[in-house]
Amino acid sequence: MENKRTCLYDKHVALGALISPFGGFDMPIQYSSIIDEHNAVRQHCGVFDVSHMGEVSVKGRDAERYVNHIFTNDITDAPTGQIYYGMMCYPDGGTVDDLLVYKMGHDDFFLVINAANIDKDWEWMQSHAQGFDIDLRNLSDHYGQLAIQGPESESVMAEVLGIDGSDLTFYHAKTIEHEGENIIVSRTGYTGEDGFEIYASHDYIRRQWDRLIDTGRCKPCGLGCRDTLRFEVGLPLYGDELSADISPVMAGLSMFCKLDKPEFIGKEALVEQKTNGVARRIVGIELADRAIPRHGYDVLADGKKVGEVTTGYNSISTGKSVCMALVDTEYARLGTALEIQIRKKTFKGVVVKKRFYEKHYKK
Amino acid sequence: MSKVLEGLYYSESHEYVRIDGQYGYVGITDYAQNALGNVVYVDMPDVDDDVEAGAEFGAVESVKAASDLNSPVSGTVVEVNEALADQPELLNADAYANWIIKVELSNPDELNDLMDAAAYEAFCANH
Repeated sequence: MENKRTCLYDKHVALGALISPFGGFDMPIQYSSIIDEHNAVRQHCGVFDVSHMGEVSVKGRDAERYVNHIFTNDITDAPTGQIYYGMMCYPDGGTVDDLLVYKMGHDDFFLVINAANIDKDWEWMQSHAQGFDIDLRNLSDHYGQLAIQGPESESVMAEVLGIDGSDLTFYHAKTIEHEGENIIVSRTGYTGEDGFEIYASHDYIRRQWDRLIDTGRCKPCGLGCRDTLRFEVGLPLYGDELSADISPVMAGLSMFCKLDKPEFIGKEALVEQKTNGVARRIVGIELADRAIPRHGYDVLADGKKVGEVTTGYNSISTGKSVCMALVDTEYARLGTALEIQIRKKTFKGVVVKKRFYEKHYKK
Repeated sequence: MSKVLEGLYYSESHEYVRIDGQYGYVGITDYAQNALGNVVYVDMPDVDDDVEAGAEFGAVESVKAASDLNSPVSGTVVEVNEALADQPELLNADAYANWIIKVELSNPDELNDLMDAAAYEAFCANH
């Protein structure tokens, strides 16, 4: 099947981006260099085309009850403008997807899902909508999305786009009329830095992208550095640290699963995992050497395989070779000595916290 | 446009060998470093390891991925470029000035199987 393209595809090509398939889309991986783009976001400001992300609107009398049914976090009586991170789970606790839920208004929620999972999620959401008085719409093809990320993002939003984001605190959103269109602006991102995301029509997104690039205030950033940035601050990526086989409890994301909620899909399984423990957990591992652990490489203890790397890099911000890995729980304790098989050699590592670099959110 | 130097021998997997008497200096081409992007790690063999023409002898890693290094020639590793251990980015700065391994050739006839600069330039244009 032919890959989809976002509304900015021709602009990426014109900028000379390296294009690769991701989540069913042909996406820009890098424009100049992953390291330069990564550092621009940590130190100044970068803009990402994240139009591949999916959006689903849930409105109606039972909207809150429905979202609470499919979502691990608790959105009961949420204030308008608040955003919640959490997962949709299978009855066995495995993860369908991780997502953001925006409370847009009374009986009105906006769900942001991973590009690679749009079809699966949409089917899942529809199949669990019976008995709820809701209007469920997949708006993924309607919305384009920009992520403006980095310590200078608030001033870039104000000075380049004329959008005041100073009134938004972390994980809050507002709908504003801008250039004749209702757009959604949120103080969110996937980089560990302060930043904003804008959801709007394709035309609007194309116009603002040009402004951000032409003024030179924002470096165009590809998915390559999006992954290195999210990884360094320990944020999971569906397909790596979360999957149908990796539950939020295994991934260390229990704080986003409100197990005291009356019910949600997967609750019983997650409660059981939380109570009795899980067989494997996602951990951080730091290597003594510069060798780079990659997704799928074996994690060993005394020569025996005890897990697999889920994501690994030579961290751009710290210079250390680090990874996240799914390991047998008995080897998940901080300080545990492990080895990673990298091609023909094994390299010594030690279990550390998954946060390899501190987040710099504006709370 | 990638740089191709006269006088070197080139492989289809984008390694070069520069011949100096019975020795060959093996590295990656400018085309290769360009395609890889930022090089962040070079996995090198040990001195005295044997390498074989066309066979993997290590890897060069960009931020995103690891790529095998294939030796264009057979022989024994007599030296590795230690500078790359701490500064792998030297490969991006000048891939030809920064060889990866020095090999004592066991079969110089293998050079006939490699491309010269003109042939390699044409090869890159078509790939």
